[in-house]
Amino acid sequence: MSAYSTYRLRLERKRKRVRSLRKRSELHSVVDRTDAIGDDDILLFCTLRNERIRLPFFLEYYRNLGINHFLFVENDSDDGSKEYLEQQHDVTLWTTAQSYKRSKFGVDWLNALQSRYGVGHWNLVVDVDEFFVYPFCDSRPLRALTDWLDASSIKSFGAMLLDMYPKVPIDQVPYSEGQNPMEIAEYFDPGNYSITRNPKYGNLWIQGGVRARAFFANEPERAPALNKIPLVKWSRGNVYISSTHMLLPRGLNLVYDEWGGEKASGCLLHAKFLNSFTEKSKEELKRKQHFANSHEYRAYNKGIKSSPSLWCRWSEKYINWRQLEILGLMSKGNWI
Amino acid sequence: MGVGFIILAHQDLDRAAQVAGYWAQRDHPLVIHVDARTDDDEFQTMQDQLAKFRNIRFTARRACDWGKFSIVAATLDAARQLLDDFPDVSHAFLASGSCLPLRPVEELDAYLAAAPETDFIESVTTEEVTWTVGGLDLERFTLRFPFSWKKRRRLFDRYVSMQRRVGYSRKIPAGVVPHLGSQWWCLTRQTLATILDDPDRPKFDKYFSKVWIPDEAYFQTLVRNHSTNIESRPLTLSRFDFQGKPHVFYDDHLQLLQRSDCFVARKIWPRANKLYRRFLGDQLKSLAQIEPNPRKLDRIFVSANQRRTAGRVGLKMQSRFPNPGLWKLQKTCAPYSVYEGFSDLFSNFETWLEKRTGTRVHGRLFHKSEVKFSGGAEVYNGCLSSSAKLRDYNPEAFLSSLIWNTQGEHQSFQFGPADRLEISDYISSDPNASVYVVTGAWAVPLFHSTMNFQRIRRIAARYQAIEAAHVASMRGHEIRAKVRVWSLAEFVEDPMPILQSILDGLDPGASRKLTEVPKMADLTGFGKFVQRLKNEGMNPHSVGDFPLGDLPGRKKLAIKPYVVR
Repeated sequence: MSAYSTYRLRLERKRKRVRSLRKRSELHSVVDRTDAIGDDDILLFCTLRNERIRLPFFLEYYRNLGINHFLFVENDSDDGSKEYLEQQHDVTLWTTAQSYKRSKFGVDWLNALQSRYGVGHWNLVVDVDEFFVYPFCDSRPLRALTDWLDASSIKSFGAMLLDMYPKVPIDQVPYSEGQNPMEIAEYFDPGNYSITRNPKYGNLWIQGGVRARAFFANEPERAPALNKIPLVKWSRGNVYISSTHMLLPRGLNLVYDEWGGEKASGCLLHAKFLNSFTEKSKEELKRKQHFANSHEYRAYNKGIKSSPSLWCRWSEKYINWRQLEILGLMSKGNWI
Repeated sequence: MGVGFIILAHQDLDRAAQVAGYWAQRDHPLVIHVDARTDDDEFQTMQDQLAKFRNIRFTARRACDWGKFSIVAATLDAARQLLDDFPDVSHAFLASGSCLPLRPVEELDAYLAAAPETDFIESVTTEEVTWTVGGLDLERFTLRFPFSWKKRRRLFDRYVSMQRRVGYSRKIPAGVVPHLGSQWWCLTRQTLATILDDPDRPKFDKYFSKVWIPDEAYFQTLVRNHSTNIESRPLTLSRFDFQGKPHVFYDDHLQLLQRSDCFVARKIWPRANKLYRRFLGDQLKSLAQIEPNPRKLDRIFVSANQRRTAGRVGLKMQSRFPNPGLWKLQKTCAPYSVYEGFSDLFSNFETWLEKRTGTRVHGRLFHKSEVKFSGGAEVYNGCLSSSAKLRDYNPEAFLSSLIWNTQGEHQSFQFGPADRLEISDYISSDPNASVYVVTGAWAVPLFHSTMNFQRIRRIAARYQAIEAAHVASMRGHEIRAKVRVWSLAEFVEDPMPILQSILDGLDPGASRKLTEVPKMADLTGFGKFVQRLKNEGMNPHSVGDFPLGDLPGRKKLAIKPYVVR
């Protein structure tokens, strides 16, 4: 890495920061409970739009893991998401009607909030349909992980996106409020991932899984990125570049070992493919607020029509994190 | 008479207080040192909590830095006070604030009563020590370390290497034979007192105050001057990871800790409520003398460090992505075979091999338009797609995923000049690959084809050029695959030993006798076909020397199965 490109990345990071601070003004506080945030608290940041039905389970899941405070940006919802979140005792909520796309898909908004409230805390940044799984998550709270990361001087933790889907066509089983989405979307693709290294930011670029198999078999280069770094001990000056796929400074992207060893890592179970998906993808197509001109949603719309079930005979049924570790999708590293 | 404890605490004082209370309540005296950097309010709370115990003392608080003499100085203070204030103490047990007793303290008493003269302290000469971080063992005693390893790592490293370069070495005083070992020990009153009262102690203290990480060296070295009965192992279960930081125990280690039969373990996660509840509650006392057995746990530590440093061979994933330049690492996780030309020569090669060996034999996995999985599957193990585009997007990931997904079942596939050959370099540099090539076998289907001869000639010329380059690339000096190459003529002259050796190579233990050969294509007139290619101006050298007439051995083969007795 030459001094010049290091300098360029530094400029890019600064630019991102300034941009996010500018975008901060697009957010309007609905309810502010940030006074309740303790020095040691683990924070969750999330942007959402019309996800009312998913919220109860989402909050329950992350409260059980040990999230102390939730910071939400609600973007133009009309299904009661805002009202619901407002009433939660551990939620601070902002709202905006501005463009999701023009805030770099929510990244600018959350960068601004993280630099204001997240510094010095462990920050978990997830979407409402992403469920964080880490080694020993069934017997140890998130705090055990962050304490171990602190003791090991590790500042960021990778968790690859694992797309989940049901065995039956996705609109066949209705999701009901409060239900664990993984009761419906219980399958995933265990061994069809492509990984390359991104020389510019030093992160890995992972594609594959069911979305590449079912929707992007003819244009694999457009298949969505699955690499994520959702858990970061936030320092002043950190910025996410695109979604939670990568960050600056670059060191935070080194969540993998380059000498043959395995670092500890987790997964984000991605419960995108529920019955609400069909409708949502039509709507998102109309709104055109998603990445690459909503190309992804167009592919889904086409794919879902031609083959409504994503399941195949090699699909793996989700059991627990140990199964994911044995399959080689995540690792305990040297955490015992 | 009984054991007294020294506790060094610097954080999570509530847990330290809990453990101290447990021992104190069972009539075991304690001296506690709390780091001067720890919050005063927390310290006050601890003192209040323990005020009711008359057998607990606090020593003057020193500010402790990791790796510095201050920790030893605090230990010495506390040891002095323990021996002076509690004349009944027969053994002193050094523990930390994150230690947890795993067995009733009465069992420890009984254990020590059975060995009244023994000092339990790991004490190993610097030559024997294997676990030091950064390779510093004897040099801990001979170099100077003015910079903090934790905070000023770069300066630390540079200063060390500079001293090495100029050959600097501190003089080790007489009476010091460097030994290292775990910080946590259990010494007899007699031994500890002679260490403390040694007339040379000021000299030793002065020397050790400049030694790096003296808490792992001071007592471990000096005990050699005073003890006659050293049992070189700690009674505290404590292990370090590859970075030299102690492993932490959580609630889900309960059973493992119980089964280890160790007296005390560290470090315990301060929020491991279940562990603290279970081990500080009333435990059944066993009268039997059970030896501590940390080995049951060691397997876990060893495999954790192994996973972190070596990882699972052949796995590429989000947190293991070896540099492509690391040729020493295997690219795939298991052996596999690549056959070139065989399916052109034998019409039923795949099914035959699959049946003969019970392994998985795919068709042309790198076919240009489609992945030909065994049985024509559209999706294969691990949800690998048969889409050629997905495969070509990252052929290396495709192949290594296939081998990873099918662990336990040997994979073979057909390959040839008509396929996507981008993967060749990857295969030839992979020690797990066995590549068998019959050059010129692509001519056999052409020979049987009814195409216009000019076209056949053009295709033949193209295949030959591609194959020649490909085979040449399999013969460079950086090749790590096992590669065997025959020309078509060589092969058909005597295929049996070749096929037999391939089968033997697949499964060296089991001697599978070749009782049935695959069906070879009819080569009657092939020599004339080759000659005709030559006459048209092409030189099909890769098929080898084919006589114009029929080969002697070939006919027999094609007609009846060859039987080996």
